Amino acid sequence: MIDILINVTLLAFLATTAVAMARMTNLFAIIMLFGIFSLLSAGLFVVMDAADVAFTEAAVGAGISTVLMLATLALTKDHQEKRPLGHRPWLPLGVVTITGAALVYGTMDISSFGDPLAPPQTHVAPYYIEQSMADTGVPNMVTAVLASYRGFDTLGEVAVVFTAGVAVLILLGGRRKKQRLEIEEGGNRDA
Amino acid sequence: MHNLILRVVSKVLIPLIILFGLYVQFHGEFGPGGGFQAGVIFSAAIILYALVFGLEPAEKIIPKSILHLLASFGLVLYAGVGFVTIMLGGNYLEYGLLGSDQVSGQLIGILLIELGVGITVASVMLIFFFSFAGRGRP
Repeated sequence: MIDILINVTLLAFLATTAVAMARMTNLFAIIMLFGIFSLLSAGLFVVMDAADVAFTEAAVGAGISTVLMLATLALTKDHQEKRPLGHRPWLPLGVVTITGAALVYGTMDISSFGDPLAPPQTHVAPYYIEQSMADTGVPNMVTAVLASYRGFDTLGEVAVVFTAGVAVLILLGGRRKKQRLEIEEGGNRDA
Repeated sequence: MHNLILRVVSKVLIPLIILFGLYVQFHGEFGPGGGFQAGVIFSAAIILYALVFGLEPAEKIIPKSILHLLASFGLVLYAGVGFVTIMLGGNYLEYGLLGSDQVSGQLIGILLIELGVGITVASVMLIFFFSFAGRGRP
């Protein structure tokens, strides 16, 4: 009972935040609402007993990405310009409504939350639940799966994070344009 | 930048955040969390420092060259554990061979790769932050 109450409250807050973000034009406020949105999702994950995911969502979504967006905002304007719509909104609205309806229709076939007989729960999950302690000696099953059974996947994920870091360094890490121009001019003079 | 309250509160908070990051890193086998979360929490402490005390002091704590080294070191540590297990005569990332028996080897392997994940994630997050925030400097 209390679970339903918390879920409904959190979802209501999520929906309100989303609508507020869509309607606002002050980018600073929108970024703050993004952080709140992530924090609310983290709360939802805790209610669903996914503590590890909640942890990540709170740290990355509400923490780091908010700061990164603020840093980006510092380089641009903090206001979105209101422009008159150049097209009629009916076609996009129709597309969104039909896609949304199709997705809702699709959820009807998804087994209910926490159903022990659902196909994903009967494949390898029972093996992990029964054997992970004997196989790895790690009480936290999530860590056992991530680091040991799915070690290759996690290696790939770390490589992705590393690649993202390299990409950001290539794009933003160098000297600023003005300085580089001066250096190039200096180089040309030497030549 | 003379926010006395911010400065005092963050000076109290930053050591606790770093301590919590280390706890999440090395307690990931028993509680929620692991290398990824720990890395993000650790970098959040440095980012908080940079937000309150300025970019230059924060870049003095962890210079960019060290960050670049650490980002690669974490990935190499993870991949290296795999090569060590191959040299010990097993499959790639077969942690069981690292210890005297299956379970102790698993614990050593998981600890090492989680450390690799944590180091790479923490330094890449800081690279993100310094690259983004550093653009705004005149």
